[in-house]
Order: sequence, then C-alpha cells, then structure tokens
Amino acid sequence: MKKDMICISCPLGCPLSVEMDESGKVLSVSGNSCKRGEQYAIDECTNPVRMLTTTIRVHGGALPMIPVKTSAPIPKGKMMECMQVINRMALDAPIRMGEVIICNICDTGVDIIATNEL
Amino acid sequence: MLKYDLVVIGGGPAGLAAALKAKELGVDKILILERSTTLGGILRQCIHTGFGLHHFGEELSGPEYAYRFIKDVEKTDIEIKVDTMVTDILTGNTVIATNNVDGLMEIQATAIILAMGCRERPRGALEIPGSRASGIMTAGTAQKYVNIEGYMPGKKIVILGSGDIGLIMARRMTLEGAKVEMVCELMPYSGGLTRNIVQCLDDLNIPLKLSCTVIQTHGIERLEGVTIANVDENRKPIPGTEQYIECDTLMLSVGLIPENELTRNAGIMIDPITGGAIVDENRQTSRPGIFACGNVLQVHDLVDYVTQESYTAGEGAAKYIQTKAKNRRPKYIPVCPEGGARYVVPQNISSDADSDVKLYFRVRDVYKNGRITVTNGDTVLYSKKKPKLTPGEMEYVTVKVEDIKKLDKKLPIIVKVEG
Repeated sequence: MKKDMICISCPLGCPLSVEMDESGKVLSVSGNSCKRGEQYAIDECTNPVRMLTTTIRVHGGALPMIPVKTSAPIPKGKMMECMQVINRMALDAPIRMGEVIICNICDTGVDIIATNEL
Repeated sequence: MLKYDLVVIGGGPAGLAAALKAKELGVDKILILERSTTLGGILRQCIHTGFGLHHFGEELSGPEYAYRFIKDVEKTDIEIKVDTMVTDILTGNTVIATNNVDGLMEIQATAIILAMGCRERPRGALEIPGSRASGIMTAGTAQKYVNIEGYMPGKKIVILGSGDIGLIMARRMTLEGAKVEMVCELMPYSGGLTRNIVQCLDDLNIPLKLSCTVIQTHGIERLEGVTIANVDENRKPIPGTEQYIECDTLMLSVGLIPENELTRNAGIMIDPITGGAIVDENRQTSRPGIFACGNVLQVHDLVDYVTQESYTAGEGAAKYIQTKAKNRRPKYIPVCPEGGARYVVPQNISSDADSDVKLYFRVRDVYKNGRITVTNGDTVLYSKKKPKLTPGEMEYVTVKVEDIKKLDKKLPIIVKVEG
C-alpha cells in the first residue's frame, strides 16, 4: 500500500511517499530531505492527530459565542464526533480564559477549554 | 486639546505590541485609539491555533495570543479609547478622533504609530459578472459571522482564492456541517501556507483547483451557483473549460490591502508595491515622528512577525520622543528590490543605524534553490541559496551593524533574488 502526502514540518513542503504493509505498518518513507520528514510521515500514517478549534454558544455574555480548543491534539478521525458533542452544548457567562468546558471529550483523554473570557 | 507623548492608532496585535514596547522603554503618556468595541483586532475571530510559535514558543489560538497582550497593556497606565474613529492626522502630529463619549477630539502627539491593519480585497475589485445576490462575501466576513456572531452564512460553498483565511474557512465551514465544493486559485500555486493546504483541504478531501477562477455568478436574490473556468498563463479564461458549480455561498480570499486612507491623507509617502508607508529601519515614515507597523505597513503571514515589527516601531517612537530627534534628518541609504524580489521593508536605512537591520521581502514567483544576495556597489553583504522561496512566505535577511558602517552611502543596498 502506498500513500502520498506533503510534509508540513517546515516551509519546504517535501512531497513524501510512504510504503506500508497490509497491517498499516510503515515499511519505507521517501521524498523527505530530513529526519523530521520521516517522523512526520510515520506519525501521519500510524496516528494522525490534529488540534480542534471551534465555538460554543453562550447565554448572558457580551458576545453569543466563546472560542474553544482541544487541550492537546486529538486523533484526526475523531474530529467530527467531537464537533457533534460540542455543538449540542450551550453555556452561561461568565467564562474564564482556559476554563475546562468538556472533560475527556469522546474518551480521547483530552479536554475542551475556553480560549477567551466572556 | 489633549496631549500625549505617543498616540497609537489601532488596538490589534501591532498597536498593542508597539504601545507596550514604548511603555517598557519609559514613554510616559501613551494613548491607544481603537475603532472596534474591544482590543485584539482580527485575532479575535481567528479561533484556530498556529499563532505564537516564534514569539511564545507555543501554539496559541488568535484570541489567546491577543489576550496576553491585552492583559499586559491593562497592567500599565497606557490609556485606551475604544469605539473611537480617527478621521485625520494634521500637521504638527495632531490626531483628530471621534467617539460617542468624548465627541470630537483634537489630540496633540509627540509621536504617532500607525497600526490600522489591513482589509480584504472585495468582490468589486474582481469584476466577476453576475448580479448582487446575497451569499457572496469575503472569507473574513464569513469568519466573523461564524466565529463571533454564531451563525452559518451558507451550506454549499465555493471559495475563490487560496489565501490562508480562505483555507481556514474551508475547514471551519466543513466542521460546522457545510459542504465546501472546492477552492479555486487563479495562480498555478497556492497563496497559503503548506500547513493550511494539508490540514484544511487535504484532511477533509476538499479539492484545490489551481489556474482556475470564477467567471460568472448565478442567482438574483440568493447565489445559486458559479461558473468556473481554467485560465492560461496570462490568467485569461480558456474557452471550453467552463463548468457550472451549484452553491449558495461564494467566499473570496483574494488578497489583503493595507488600510492606509489616513496615511495618504497625511501626505505620507506610500510604497506602490506593499501598499504601505515607505519606512526606515525604525519604521519611521516620510513624516518625522510618525511610525507604522503590522499589516498597515506590509501584509504579514505570521502575527509573530507583526509583533517583532511593532516592537521595532515602538522602540523607534520611544527614541524619537526621548531624544527629541525632531530636527534630525537622518541620511538615508535606499534599499531596492531586484530580480525576483518584489519589495523590501524597510525601504531606507539610516547611514548611522546603531544595530543590525533585518530586511523583509517577498518573491514574485516560486523559486527552487533561489539565491538571495544583498549588495552595496561591489560589496556583497549577504549571499545564500534557499531550497524554496514562495510568494506566500515572507523572507528576511539580516544586515550587520558593522557592515552598515562600512556602506558606500552614495549607493543603494540591493536585495536580489535569482532562480
């Protein structure tokens, strides 16, 4: 199995090509011009993670929405599931900067925290 | 008449950093004038992360990055007037501003820092045929609707322009349940950061169509669709490649324009390429005591660089105020772009500059293994090959202070990029 991607470890943007076996184990990485590129390719093929940022509706604040983020990157495949949970929420002001809004969202071990105060 | 040592116009990341630096260096009376209701500028609606990697060594969201500066300003005696519009800068560095509380104000400043930021190129600048249906807006406007005001501007979206705001909005709209059909880019390369192409488009299987543009919008009351077409090397649509795409929203991410109406009215010289003021290494404009920094000076890709530039301007303003350098007209050595370099900021260096000077520039085209050289007459100040140079990423080179001392002051400094 072959997978192509662009490395984002630095502005160079090397086109990477990854060879994997049936179980998804990385056999080889090519196209990278440094070690970081190889690690990026392996991470992207075995456990790709992303920061999730969105907003939650707030009642009684100066503004109707509070921005939030995951406290750490979450598995890429869980983004939409987390969005569904977050979009069912509504909060009441006041909210502090960095306040934990949802603990351990979708069993990721990661919290949703406020990135502003309202 | 109100009197201040320093008046900062704009309370976004540039204005906040410049004011803080001037305060740190001992400037006494500082006033920030902000048009919006709150400080923080455009960062308030940039809820995604990626800010602060250089400046704080960690990845923050826009509101978090702004929050740190706002809190730092609140700890000082810097005065702030929000909901305040500056309408003019008169001779003698008098600022005319107005708001609901103070009415019309005449503010006498020893120094002024321009930090008004930029705005998005609007639909009218593109001349796309079609009626004025609702559902056509800039990506930044859509970002404000979704992230600040909390409603969705549409369900089926086409984005024209692959600037970073457009890419970020492609992901944002998808996360909120909209279908982003595609991002069309006129140029044969994207104007956005690679990281955003990967994480905002590739991750979500949103196609990026290069050398492609919107040639017609359809719908009278509400947008119903757009016609796209491929373009040739002269960016002209190729007949026969037209394709109809059904959509209810067209978002434009087609460039940013420094907001320099005040600057122009004040008679300050503007660089036709950057659209911002012509400045020296302290970010002083052609009018003594008036400085500029951030996106009003040149459009940046990273807020971290805005902060850096604003510190430079804050420092320059502090020096101007404290040494009363009002009558000192420094002898300038011009800095000129050549070859693949499109522009350079600062455009002038004082011959008596007392520290290293970073020259910021952008390239015209994508260069693989391009060479950057900085010369003064026959003297080579810098020469280096870079594996990749793209118009989407600002570059800089440093000229050492000892080299500035040795410059031939009758000749310009040339920043040249060759493929």
